[in-house]
Amino acid sequence: MSEANLPIGMHPPATMEASPFAIPSKKLVMWLFIISDAVTFAAILFAYGYLKNASPNWPHPFKFSPSIVNVMLMTFILVSSSFTMLIAVRASRHGDKSGALRWTFITVAGGVLFAVLHLQEWTGLIAEGVRLFQNPWGNPMFGATFFAITGLHLTHVLGGVIALTVVAIGYKRGRYQADDLEIWSLYWHFVDLVWMFVVPMVYLLNVAR
Amino acid sequence: MTAPVTGKDSFKTDLIVYLCILALSGIQVAVAYQNMEGIQMLVRMLAVAFIQAGLGVMYFMHLRDEQPNLRLALIPATIFVILMMNMIWSDSFRLLHMSPVTK
Repeated sequence: MSEANLPIGMHPPATMEASPFAIPSKKLVMWLFIISDAVTFAAILFAYGYLKNASPNWPHPFKFSPSIVNVMLMTFILVSSSFTMLIAVRASRHGDKSGALRWTFITVAGGVLFAVLHLQEWTGLIAEGVRLFQNPWGNPMFGATFFAITGLHLTHVLGGVIALTVVAIGYKRGRYQADDLEIWSLYWHFVDLVWMFVVPMVYLLNVAR
Repeated sequence: MTAPVTGKDSFKTDLIVYLCILALSGIQVAVAYQNMEGIQMLVRMLAVAFIQAGLGVMYFMHLRDEQPNLRLALIPATIFVILMMNMIWSDSFRLLHMSPVTK
C-alpha cells in the first residue's frame, strides 16, 4: 500500500519521527506556551517600565500596611501552592491517587485564596479613587498599567485554578494520567514565577515613604 | 511518559528551594525600604527575581532533569527576545524630556 493510500492518521513506520526532546508532545506544547506567555508578560512589564520611566510624577501609593503586607501574604500563598503542587505530582508519580488529589486541591485552594486577597487589594485601591485612567496621586496611566498587569496575572491564576480542578477530577475518574497533572503543574509554577517579577516592578518600586 | 523518580527528585531539595524562594522574596521587600537610587534598586530586585525564576524553572519545573537540547531550545531564544525589548528605553527617556503630555 502506498503512503498516499493510507487512511488519515496512519503513517508507515519509516516516516514516524522520534520526539525531539524525549518528552511527550503535550509537555513540549506546554513548554512552548509557557515561553510565549513569558514573553507576553515581559512585553507588558517593559511597557510599564517605559511609561514609569517617562513620567516624572509616577505615584508611589503602596504603604507597608496594608498593601505590602498583603503582597507578602499573597507571595507566601502562591509560592506555598507551588510547593504543594510538587507534592501532588510526586504522589501521582508514586501511584498515590488520593494523595495527589488532596494536594492538588490544596493547591487550588491556595490559588483561590490568592485571588480573594488580590481582589481585596483592588477594591482597596478603587475605594481610594484609582480608576483605569485616573488616580488621586499623579500620572493617570498608573491605574491602567496596574490593573492590566495584575489583571493579566490574576486571569492566569484563575485559569490555573480551573485547569487544575478539571485535570484533578479527570485524574480521579481515570480520564487523565499522572502526566497530565505534571504538565499542568508546569503552568502553575510558571504563574508563581511571573509573580516574582510583578511584585518588585509593580509594588516594591512604588512603595510610599 | 512520566519522568522517572530519581534520587535528585527529593522532598528535601524541593523544601530547600521553596524556603530559598521565600527568603529571596523577603530580601526583595528589604531592598525596597533601603535608601538608594531607583536604578540600583531596580537592578537588585531584578537580580533577585531572576535567581528566584532560575530556581523555580530548574527545580520546581524540573528543567534541569530534561535533555540539554530542550534547555538550549527554550532558554537562549527567550533571553534573546527579552533583550531585544530593551530597545524601547531610548524612546522612554526622549518622552521624559520632550513630550508635553508628561509635563
